[in-house]
Amino acid sequence: MPDTATGRAMPQTAIGRAMPREATRRLVAGGGRYLDDHTERGELHAAFLRSPLPHARFTLDVGAAAALPGVHAVLTAADLAAMCRPWRTVSKAFPGLVSPEQGPLAAGRATWQGEPVAMVLAASRAIAEDGAEAIVAQWDELPAVTSLDAALAPGAPPVHPGLESNRAWGGTIQHGQPDAAFAEAALVVEERLSFTRHTGVPLEPRGAVATWEPGTGALTLRLSHQMPHQMRLHLAEQLGLPINRVRVICADVGGGFGIKMHVYQDEFAVAAASRLLGRPVRWVSDRMEALMADIHAREHIVTARMAVDAAGNILGFDVQDLQGLGAVSIYPRSSTLEAMSMLRAVGTPYRFAHGRARIDCALQNKVPTGQYRAVGAPIGCAMTEHLIEKAARARGEDPWDFRARNLLRLDEMPCANPFGAALHGLHHHAALEKARALMDLPALRAGIAAGREAGRLLGLGLAVVVEFTAAGPVAYGAAHVNVAATDTVVATLEPTGEISAQASITEIGQGITQGLAQVLADAVGVAAEAVRVEAGDTAAAPHGGGAWASRGAAIGGEAIWGAGRRLRAQLLEAAGALLQAAPETLDIRGGEILDQAGTARMTLAELGRLMLFRGHEMPKGVTPGLSAAFHYRREGDATLANNGVHAALVELDRDTGLVRVLRYWMVGDCGRVLNPLLVDGQYRGGVATGIGEALLEACRYDAESGQFLSGTLADYLLPMATDIPDIALGHVETPYAGSALGAKGAGESGTCGAPAAILNAVNDALEAAGGGAVTELPIHPVAVLRALGRLA
Amino acid sequence: MTPARFAYVRPETLDAALAVLAREGEGAMPLAGGQSLVPMMAMRVARPALLLDLNRLPGLEAIAVVEGALRIGAMARHASVLAHPAVAAEAPLLAMALREVAHPAIRNRGTLGGSLSLADPAAELPACMLALDATMVLASAAGERRIRAAEFFIGLYATARRPDELLLRVEIPRAAGWTAWFEEVARRRGDYAMAGLAVMARRAGGLIAEARLSFCGVEPAPRRLPEIEAALVAGADAAALLPRLAEPLGSAETPAPYRLHLAQVLLRRATESLHAAA
Repeated sequence: MPDTATGRAMPQTAIGRAMPREATRRLVAGGGRYLDDHTERGELHAAFLRSPLPHARFTLDVGAAAALPGVHAVLTAADLAAMCRPWRTVSKAFPGLVSPEQGPLAAGRATWQGEPVAMVLAASRAIAEDGAEAIVAQWDELPAVTSLDAALAPGAPPVHPGLESNRAWGGTIQHGQPDAAFAEAALVVEERLSFTRHTGVPLEPRGAVATWEPGTGALTLRLSHQMPHQMRLHLAEQLGLPINRVRVICADVGGGFGIKMHVYQDEFAVAAASRLLGRPVRWVSDRMEALMADIHAREHIVTARMAVDAAGNILGFDVQDLQGLGAVSIYPRSSTLEAMSMLRAVGTPYRFAHGRARIDCALQNKVPTGQYRAVGAPIGCAMTEHLIEKAARARGEDPWDFRARNLLRLDEMPCANPFGAALHGLHHHAALEKARALMDLPALRAGIAAGREAGRLLGLGLAVVVEFTAAGPVAYGAAHVNVAATDTVVATLEPTGEISAQASITEIGQGITQGLAQVLADAVGVAAEAVRVEAGDTAAAPHGGGAWASRGAAIGGEAIWGAGRRLRAQLLEAAGALLQAAPETLDIRGGEILDQAGTARMTLAELGRLMLFRGHEMPKGVTPGLSAAFHYRREGDATLANNGVHAALVELDRDTGLVRVLRYWMVGDCGRVLNPLLVDGQYRGGVATGIGEALLEACRYDAESGQFLSGTLADYLLPMATDIPDIALGHVETPYAGSALGAKGAGESGTCGAPAAILNAVNDALEAAGGGAVTELPIHPVAVLRALGRLA
Repeated sequence: MTPARFAYVRPETLDAALAVLAREGEGAMPLAGGQSLVPMMAMRVARPALLLDLNRLPGLEAIAVVEGALRIGAMARHASVLAHPAVAAEAPLLAMALREVAHPAIRNRGTLGGSLSLADPAAELPACMLALDATMVLASAAGERRIRAAEFFIGLYATARRPDELLLRVEIPRAAGWTAWFEEVARRRGDYAMAGLAVMARRAGGLIAEARLSFCGVEPAPRRLPEIEAALVAGADAAALLPRLAEPLGSAETPAPYRLHLAQVLLRRATESLHAAA
């Protein structure tokens, strides 16, 4: 392995080892300290009155609520306006984006059901909820649009006053000669797929505890969030505070999935209320609030065509995407990113020369959408893989062969495809062959044939995946959106010989601090058990991006490797001066400093104590450094693409239309694996998310009233343990050549491929049964029955 | 999701509990296992002025065969009913249905009486009571009252229980020569049924002589469907009659035509299975 500090190869002991997470024992024993476990003296409990209508003007009479015993204050938009500036989503990546200002509470007009309009602060949450009920609201219902078709129809009621249309942003991308390609094609396959909204459902809901200290003019906000430094900046900006008077603490976080990376009205209302009232304020979202007011995602109608020549080579894609944004484009990243991410996943594994895409993003009277695990990739992948199957079927060709011919070979990369996706180091054919072997394809196919003979509706679906992980600085930087894509680690030698580190990457339950500790152990030369990595508190952790875009290993790993190598170099320099040896002749292994002969000369504990407590014994001129910081910035590649192959075996119930996933296989290539337990966990969890997306999860709205219908976990159907089959995993390891460790992202690739694999599997079963195709996700049993001709 | 204010009382005797109901009437809501009521209170859909906790009342969880009938106390937990040998011997339909009721943690707390008194349209146990021709025994300060299951379930979350009454137990007649059949369809294991069917069929001379059945999850309340029962006995296409007779519920995830279809599927499966076995 190359070494960013010395260029010398290092013996590895911890990187790549399947070590259980250090935090596991504590967390499974109930020792986690989540947001709700932290209390502040004198805190007030907040509850929000949220709009019951998708679009309404309103007036509020808060007198009765404020008079309730135990209610401390009832705040409306006007009360918080002085404390918190409004924000508006602007991005150079989306010029002309229409997205109005948002403040912490809606002012006079609510634009989605669930939007906070007033905030009650009371002695308990129950009293605060009593207060919210006691607010006398006059709702003047306005016309609302919720479906994509309704939002973009000519003459549709505007989501915001004065809009000529609800189209918030749109664009066209063209490369090559798509018209000529489609005109010359021997085969054109086409489909319209629709995708219903989902939301992420972390076990721990969002929440905030704000503490304003009038004496110091400082705000501390505990948040269940993926990116503390990002929120610190936004809080400083919106509340008009010096940033070094704002501290954000994310302690144990019970899952994020992209839900906890946006600026939410309610969380900023909590911060503003604390400053206004001079009291700590606590708010923890309940599950009903979470389902209606956390960002949703993935509302698309995609129409796409694929052109294929007579030899079965893909010529090009022509894609139209309608995307639902909700009432605003989410701050700061913009909801429109999902459409771009969808597009970047169209055709990505394959060789094609011509492409055209048209994207239209619609405002709606619904909760805003945002970046949710795998963002738009599952949609682009499902669209592509559906067309691939269709083309192979039309040609009468084995879909594995069709893919193998069209997949980009490793030696064709690096390259950029017509939709601008930068591809490098993707070993598709190795993954395909590994999957074929993992599945024992001939035996599997024989089993399917026998099952079908016996009348079973079995289907096998395949999907090839490329996912763009670990975004580098250019993505948001060029858009002038203040999102950090660089990360920092400060590593410190303790006087006991242990190594402590503060990382700007954050731990949200994915276990990344364990992987980082293993890297740091190898970087310095100590046992992994001697290393502790902490994250999440802006008062302790250095600047950086946090947890998003599967960046922990690829970016956080590089930062901690760099910090560890710097610290090691500093320690060797000090040891060299003490031992009268050139630093480059010394080595650190197992916490000991070895000379050229491999003889232990001193321990790191001895060195640490010398440097810290007996500085007078240190040689003259040696500037000891117990700590080293490294700020990692990847140059060049804008993202690190990973790849994989997914396959699902499903069975349909011809009477009920229910789909059961019997078996699932995934081969992934996320470059260097820091800890296989962590990667396997991410793959399997990602697949479970994708199975939910394919078969169960839907945010549904009443077509006429616009009312949200999926407001509880009895209505929003998450996959349960019994819905997830055993997931067989295989690994191909193609390290990224541009970094020291070579890791790419792993956290979302399971989600990218599962909807496509299951959609293809269901359609394979339907095809074998002589039925039609399903074209809507999640795949509802009614759609299956209709495709089978068994329900009108 | 915190309940609105409520008063709470936990009497130690049945008489004391009945006295509370006599005094408070509709303002009091009995709390049995709390697996539905407590979430409904948290969502403020249920807002009792007084919560009457039944969990200290003695003797209401008994399960025994008495005078030719299986008696199950209203406070018997689902898990106890499911595991009880007398239930397996005398009313295997209940055990078949209870396996589909939610998950073990919920079955450990949820009670038979609570489920029957709530009368959720998707609940399995009310339909079973109809198929089993059970008698509900209610008590008030004025004395006991017996109601056949067919008269007990009167609508969506509505029963013949009066506000001053408590359900004490159910009595299920012994059913020698009867066969039980239960099946339901849910999106996920343990979910409320999109459609379920409970059937008891009596055999005589290799034929089905008599049948009692009720759907759950299909209509606002479980009910016997005599025409369907007759068709099932005759081995006719009972499912074909269903669209005319049933008024299926619709919801965002389960549209009414789909529920009807599932009810027909279950009816065909039951007919086929029971006639094959007869």
